[in-house]
Amino acid sequence: MGLTKNSVGLNAVDSKLNIKKLSESDKVIAVAGNPNVGKSTLFNNLTGMNQHTGNWPGKTVTNAQGYCKSKKNSYVLVDIPGTYSLMAHSAEEEIARNFICFGNPDAVVVVCDATCLERNLNLVLQTTEMYQNVIVCVNLLDEAKRRNIKIDLKKLSERLGVRVIGTVARRKKSLDLLLDAIDHACENEHNQPLRIKYIKPIEDAISIIEPCVKDICKNLSPRWIALRLLEPDSSLINELNSYLGFNILENDKVCSALETARLHLESLGITTENLQSKIVSCIVLTAEDIALDTVKYEKNIYSDSDRRIDRILTSTITGFPIMLLMLGFIFWLTIVGANYPSKLLSDGLFYIQDRLTDLFYYFNAPEWLHGAVVLGIYRVVAWIVSVMLPPMAIFFPLFTLLEDSGYLPRIAYNLDKPFKKCSACGKQALTMAMGFGCNSAGIVGCRIIDSPRERLIAMITNSFVPCNGRYPALIALLSMFFVGTAGGFLSSVYSALLLVAIILIGIFMTFFTSFLLSKTILKGVPSSFTLELPPYRKPQFLKVILHSIFDRTLFVLARAVIVAIPSGLVIWLSANIYIGNSSVLNICADFLDPFAEFFGLDGVILIAFILGMPANEIVIPIMIMAYMSKGSLIELNNDALYTLFVNNGWTRITAVNVMLFSLMHWPCSTTLLTIKKESGSIKWTLLSLIIPTIIGLSICFIFTSVTRLFI
Amino acid sequence: MIDDMRNLSDIDVGEKAKIKQLNTNNSIKRRLLDIGLVEDTEVECIGRSPLGDPSAFLIRGAVIAIRSEDSRKILIHPKKQAFTKIGEI
Repeated sequence: MGLTKNSVGLNAVDSKLNIKKLSESDKVIAVAGNPNVGKSTLFNNLTGMNQHTGNWPGKTVTNAQGYCKSKKNSYVLVDIPGTYSLMAHSAEEEIARNFICFGNPDAVVVVCDATCLERNLNLVLQTTEMYQNVIVCVNLLDEAKRRNIKIDLKKLSERLGVRVIGTVARRKKSLDLLLDAIDHACENEHNQPLRIKYIKPIEDAISIIEPCVKDICKNLSPRWIALRLLEPDSSLINELNSYLGFNILENDKVCSALETARLHLESLGITTENLQSKIVSCIVLTAEDIALDTVKYEKNIYSDSDRRIDRILTSTITGFPIMLLMLGFIFWLTIVGANYPSKLLSDGLFYIQDRLTDLFYYFNAPEWLHGAVVLGIYRVVAWIVSVMLPPMAIFFPLFTLLEDSGYLPRIAYNLDKPFKKCSACGKQALTMAMGFGCNSAGIVGCRIIDSPRERLIAMITNSFVPCNGRYPALIALLSMFFVGTAGGFLSSVYSALLLVAIILIGIFMTFFTSFLLSKTILKGVPSSFTLELPPYRKPQFLKVILHSIFDRTLFVLARAVIVAIPSGLVIWLSANIYIGNSSVLNICADFLDPFAEFFGLDGVILIAFILGMPANEIVIPIMIMAYMSKGSLIELNNDALYTLFVNNGWTRITAVNVMLFSLMHWPCSTTLLTIKKESGSIKWTLLSLIIPTIIGLSICFIFTSVTRLFI
Repeated sequence: MIDDMRNLSDIDVGEKAKIKQLNTNNSIKRRLLDIGLVEDTEVECIGRSPLGDPSAFLIRGAVIAIRSEDSRKILIHPKKQAFTKIGEI
């Protein structure tokens, strides 16, 4: 799950791998593996990079690269998305396959989960079939030991015909052996990987085609190409053709051999339709055979404690209440925990502002410069930091703990049925959960959804869950207008409950909009759904906290600061350039006023949301600034803020409308850019901007009209 | 119900079954094969989601959730010992 540099960052959304070597002699190592096998931990520990590891399948949605040095060489490690197979039915599998096949890596490390070796061997066998220089890394040996699973690594290596290394990726030391193996592999070591034996008709067909492709297939395995030609997989054949530089299907020899082979297969009852499953069956059975030979279980793999936990977390009676409690608890801790540090931070940062002002005066700087830099840029940045940092520093680690433990896939499991009813995918629940941290990360996370239709639905509806940047404002409004600012334990619980209620509205709207989309512009039936529920793991507390603070929190904050700098300037300018008697900001607000009135908002609110597009955190400060006709963002405590709002005509209805609109309006600029990159289409980007906006405005309109009828 | 037509969605939580055939379309078939659902694989149903669907199956050491409309297309071998209760005859 990636609220990491790679997935939150915009550079992370490329679908092709561009390898950046530090020096020419660097060797390229691809790190492949099934989802959720500790690949990212291994990768981090080898490269020292902070790629966060979550305990749920499909976490590496982007391709990370890192560098490491061994005794002999320096390496570029490429973290390939986790896949079960290389037969390419999702974007990730295609990336993985293309890189191993055509990316010219110097070696491929296939990471396996020791607790579930048999299924992992499927990928190993598919990899060795097309690429020789493979190292198998049997990871999570500690976990296997805990579950009384014994693996004979030596025998495994003999059977597979490649080097096999056992590791505990959490422990750095155990990785030295792996590095040694990589060194060996890069020194022209020639493996003789096991050749999968297919059933006789398929072997016959291969031997008809193999000789014809042998001379033209460069360094690719002719046997593997023969199989792929038989299957026909058009996307692979396109890749193959561009790699070879000619169309292999235009080669007469190949074509006639292919024809003969197909006729032979058909005469034995094997059609192109059932050929694939015969091929896969042979691979799976080979894997089963190897596993029988090398793995000894003493107990059930899916342990009794996993069973017990699952019975509670996914039961009809307790499943949903626990989910809600968990959500509520996380928000409560965030609200309660963030108050004090927020205050402290803002005091500190505004103290610095005063000193900056002194400095500017000392140098007799012109007033406009002081205004633009200190009151404009610095103030906005300081504001964002003090509002955003504390809740994030609490929320991210908590969320990461959930992620680490393996609970998140259970959420998708629990919520799949309602999503299916909306013709969407249960995995959307995961991307929704990511959205709580950062919508842009949620959008990138949508890559785990296979069907392009369902993926677009998940992307368009992602901004209905309020991200970190939005709930400080929601909480502030809730406590001012509905809870009272008295404080205390009960009122914090009450705020958390109300916040959960608002979030439930967002979740409901996610369902509703998904439903609407799948009945209109994204028509279709729900596609199939298989979701792995990984065994529960004890989260690595310290590591989680460090990672989520240094990697996620500071990164998201840095990004917010970067967008805050120009917008700070724009905001300051708009509030300080006067036309006639009022500032540009207030002129715009007045202009929008009649329109906003319609939706129970006012012009200032609307302009604040527009100017707050780069970062939702500054929406409320902009409102304050505009209401007070001041030239810079103003700090107000909740009581003063409440008075200010009420004096400007706010009622509880206005507050509800603002919260609703905050929940449902255009996504922030980063999210939009991410959608553009992920969908590759301006049309869908615009729709993701328009749809939530229309829905938000309509709901505000309905709410306002209904309440106006009664009041 | 005819025993020959039993499919994976028929088995109860805690019950085991052996796969006979995948009657699914190509893309889901691929996915199911990748997770090891080939002929004669033993599968155990270990739970259902709070709303009754999907169900979780233990397949070759991994727990995989499958929707009933997909598991319906996964045919399983009939039970070995046919347990016929007197009332059902």
